[in-house]
Amino acid sequence: MKTFYWLVKREFWEHRGSFLWAPIITGGVMMAMTLMGLITSEVFRARGGVHVNGIDFNTVTSHMGPDALQTIGKALDIVILAPMMLIGIVMFLVVFFYCLGSLYDDRRDRSILFWKSLPISDRDTVLSKAFCATVLVPVIAIITSVVTGLLIMIMMAITASLHGANLWQMLWTLPHPFNITASMLSCIPLYVIWALPTVGWLMLCSAWARNKPFLWALIIPIGSGIFVSWFNLMGLFNLSDKWFWGNVVARSLLSVIPGGWVPGQLYGHGSLQIDHADDGDQVFATALAAAHNYAALITPEFLVGAVAGVAMIIGAIWFRRWRDDG
Amino acid sequence: MSAVITASGLSKQYKSSLALDNVSFQIAPGRIVGLIGPNGAGKTTALKAILGLTDFTGELNVLGFDPRKQRDRLMGEVCFIADVAVLPRWIRVHEAIDFVANVHPRFDRKKCEAFLARTKLTPNQRVRQMSKGMIVQLHLALVMAIDARLLILDEPTLGLDILYRKQFYQNLLEDYFDENKTIIVTTHQVEEVEHILTDLMFIRDGKIVLDADMEAIGERFIEVMVSADKAPAARALKPLDERQVFGKSIFLFDGVERAQLEAMGEVRRPSVSDLFVATMKETYA
Repeated sequence: MKTFYWLVKREFWEHRGSFLWAPIITGGVMMAMTLMGLITSEVFRARGGVHVNGIDFNTVTSHMGPDALQTIGKALDIVILAPMMLIGIVMFLVVFFYCLGSLYDDRRDRSILFWKSLPISDRDTVLSKAFCATVLVPVIAIITSVVTGLLIMIMMAITASLHGANLWQMLWTLPHPFNITASMLSCIPLYVIWALPTVGWLMLCSAWARNKPFLWALIIPIGSGIFVSWFNLMGLFNLSDKWFWGNVVARSLLSVIPGGWVPGQLYGHGSLQIDHADDGDQVFATALAAAHNYAALITPEFLVGAVAGVAMIIGAIWFRRWRDDG
Repeated sequence: MSAVITASGLSKQYKSSLALDNVSFQIAPGRIVGLIGPNGAGKTTALKAILGLTDFTGELNVLGFDPRKQRDRLMGEVCFIADVAVLPRWIRVHEAIDFVANVHPRFDRKKCEAFLARTKLTPNQRVRQMSKGMIVQLHLALVMAIDARLLILDEPTLGLDILYRKQFYQNLLEDYFDENKTIIVTTHQVEEVEHILTDLMFIRDGKIVLDADMEAIGERFIEVMVSADKAPAARALKPLDERQVFGKSIFLFDGVERAQLEAMGEVRRPSVSDLFVATMKETYA
């Protein structure tokens, strides 16, 4: 356990820039933009109503009806979620390239010979890297997003209070900020399982490729997708080639996108069907619920993907042990 | 005490070449073994096999472990420095120490820090900011603080200046080596190691062509400086090698009576590099 902790710490040291600073800088940029927006609206639109991220501050008073409260609550949800969206994109890029380099970079610069001179099994090494990709990076990203969201809310609350509105009260009385935070954190187990096929595939390529793991990681799934489409191989199983692109190609490359399972849950055969897709509020609420719907874990999408991911990680361990770069 | 390494019938086939060809040898504890051979002779492959970094056929026992199956446990007892500059470039001195201290049960932090105090390295320095010589100092500090039974050095001083090279071997002898430890070293800079070696192994085309301790080598190989008139008589004794210096001939003999040679001229012990050149002379032909 101690060794594993230090292995994870080593990864953090090596990738501090992408694990920690990338999300923090993204959050900082969002906050700076919000601040600029607030100042601009203060300066240029002081006479009209102040709108920031859809909140009209003039409607924000301490004597609001339940309808208005609900609207404000939803707007606050969006304020908290907005950083998650942007940081999520950054996180996708970080995890993708981290996995691709994880078992390749030290072979290229030969520092693998140093790591291998220590009494650490190749299994632990590979697992510590998979842990970073599936748990450590998402946790850092979520914490950063939540903190960014809360700070942006506080900035708005200060602005609102300049206009005599009391947003403070709402921040602490409305359940929204805490619900959103809790639901994002509870997404992590689903994310870990969902991301396994991509993490496994990228790490397998990283451990196996003698050079250019990025190229191999893309060419093999995309090439096989084109091959399948061309000859309509999926026709043999009464499936369209879309099935292959969606369930094999996309899952092996894009599953590290946070919340990637939500669309399938909403529009596929998930348990959370939407009745009225044109009802924006309902779509939003359902998507949020789907993001941490643990029942999804027993769907084939999750299970088969996870099994394939684990198998590929085992493959990566084998290559890590025996790949001899001469 | 039993052997540190026992190899029998070790072979390794790469795609186009045979890197190790049915090699057998034993290495006893408390020895410093020089594994010397021309480029591509199979030195690194042999070391990789010992360290469990490559697959092979044959039997190999290192400190009681099979390197193929028990690599991570074996590495608790073995250290190696595989040429300079294999330390990861992003790591800082204090990170390297923290990491090794926490994953290696035999690491002595105080020893490592005491050794580093004698260098110019600072805790926050990154490997990428160091010269080759400094990287080796850091690596050596890490390795010397580990109480390992076997130390493997693969070209540890390649590309270093002479100050660092001398210091490297001096540190190794003074602060590290004792009768419970065994060191295997490969290098092309034979002159620098020949006075510290206790055993010599020559490897060529995947085969071990010479495996003896230094005393036996001193008895077996004799160099004699002969004046021109006695040269034909010397040649009749089938020398390994002959070269001319200042009008005299220097012959290198393998297993010829010392008394017989003393009658012909001045006798001396050959240097390892002369022996090496004589043994390997047709390698690249």
